[in-house]
Amino acid sequence: MNELKGGWNDERMDNTISVLLRTGVILSSIVVLAGGIAYLLQYAGHFPDYRVFQREPAGLMSFRGILAGIFSWHGRNWIQFGLVLLALTPVARVAFCVFVFLKEKDWTYVFLTLIVLSVLIFSFVGR
Amino acid sequence: MNVLLFTLLILICSLAAGLLGSLTGLGGGVVIVPLLVLVFKVNIHYAAGASLISVIATSSGAAAAYVKEGYSNVRIGMLLEVATTLGALYGAYLVAKVSPAAIAIIFGIVLIVSAYLSLRKPPNIVDTRPPDRLAAWLRLNGDYPTPDGLVAYTVRRVPLGFLICNCAGILSGLLGIGSGALKVLGMDQAMETPFKVSTATSNFMIGVTAAASAGIYFHRGYVDPSLAMPVMLGVLLGAFIGARIMPGAATHYLRILFSAAIVVLGIEMLLKGLTGKL
Repeated sequence: MNELKGGWNDERMDNTISVLLRTGVILSSIVVLAGGIAYLLQYAGHFPDYRVFQREPAGLMSFRGILAGIFSWHGRNWIQFGLVLLALTPVARVAFCVFVFLKEKDWTYVFLTLIVLSVLIFSFVGR
Repeated sequence: MNVLLFTLLILICSLAAGLLGSLTGLGGGVVIVPLLVLVFKVNIHYAAGASLISVIATSSGAAAAYVKEGYSNVRIGMLLEVATTLGALYGAYLVAKVSPAAIAIIFGIVLIVSAYLSLRKPPNIVDTRPPDRLAAWLRLNGDYPTPDGLVAYTVRRVPLGFLICNCAGILSGLLGIGSGALKVLGMDQAMETPFKVSTATSNFMIGVTAAASAGIYFHRGYVDPSLAMPVMLGVLLGAFIGARIMPGAATHYLRILFSAAIVVLGIEMLLKGLTGKL
């Protein structure tokens, strides 16, 4: 077990990562489930067709749209918001690792973790 | 078929996939896309979007448990995530450049190869060589719990493992899968980490890898909420039940059966791609 500076050791880091991941998964599942129930109540009798790919409505593709959508009380918007929360859970984990490696003054890993974080941010923000 | 029936059927199938994937240790994500495409006639882009989301859910859930038990190596994970996320970004961009038929063909090959990989026995390494300098500089060596207490291991051939994980990332982004089998291969075959450490660290990386494609998947409209909802909840619930029963402790018979099912789905995907019925 590596003892680290700043009061962090590998065990404490592992435990915090564990709590972070579990919270993200549980929280997003609850939002998706609530949205799913609302969606089924609204659309249960409709007939779905997923054979042809035709992108999603703009409000379900951009993050601004998805955020705005949660106030519209539509099931699909809530599900999509929950899915974004889920996808951001690993991003939060990586951001937390940057913080721990900074505390440790482990510059090699600060650098590597920042590369991963940049790739993730680019994927979510960039076009 | 109306929305209610469609959603329930997908929920049940995803639950079964998550349960079997967890019991056999093969992961349920890999069968979701062929299941949706072949059985439910879903477009391959929507199928990949739903599958990618379920992969993030199960790997984050499983990683939460593994990290606590001390199997996963956070440093190896962080280093290889540079390779997998860059690959995943590239793979997600490739989706729009490659025809659906070609994606189906690649998917078929990946399914057949990963079924083969999962049936091979974990290698047992007795190491007497001097430590690898790059691995030591990167502080990748570690220890993990065994019935006989903590056992130390040393890591080798880091660049080769990095390259294999880059390929795993590209496939993950292109197909919407976790490509855990390839990540494990890169670690236990190339870098010679113990099998338990490889699988746990691979699980730790899968969520971040998938998240690197997920942003692009959202922007491009590959994620349909109504479809991803039952897939995500089903696979997650199945994996959770599987972990409660006994993770990775399926009988040899069940493992062979599931691998055979994966091969059949792989051949079906190949044929579908080759005959252009997509």
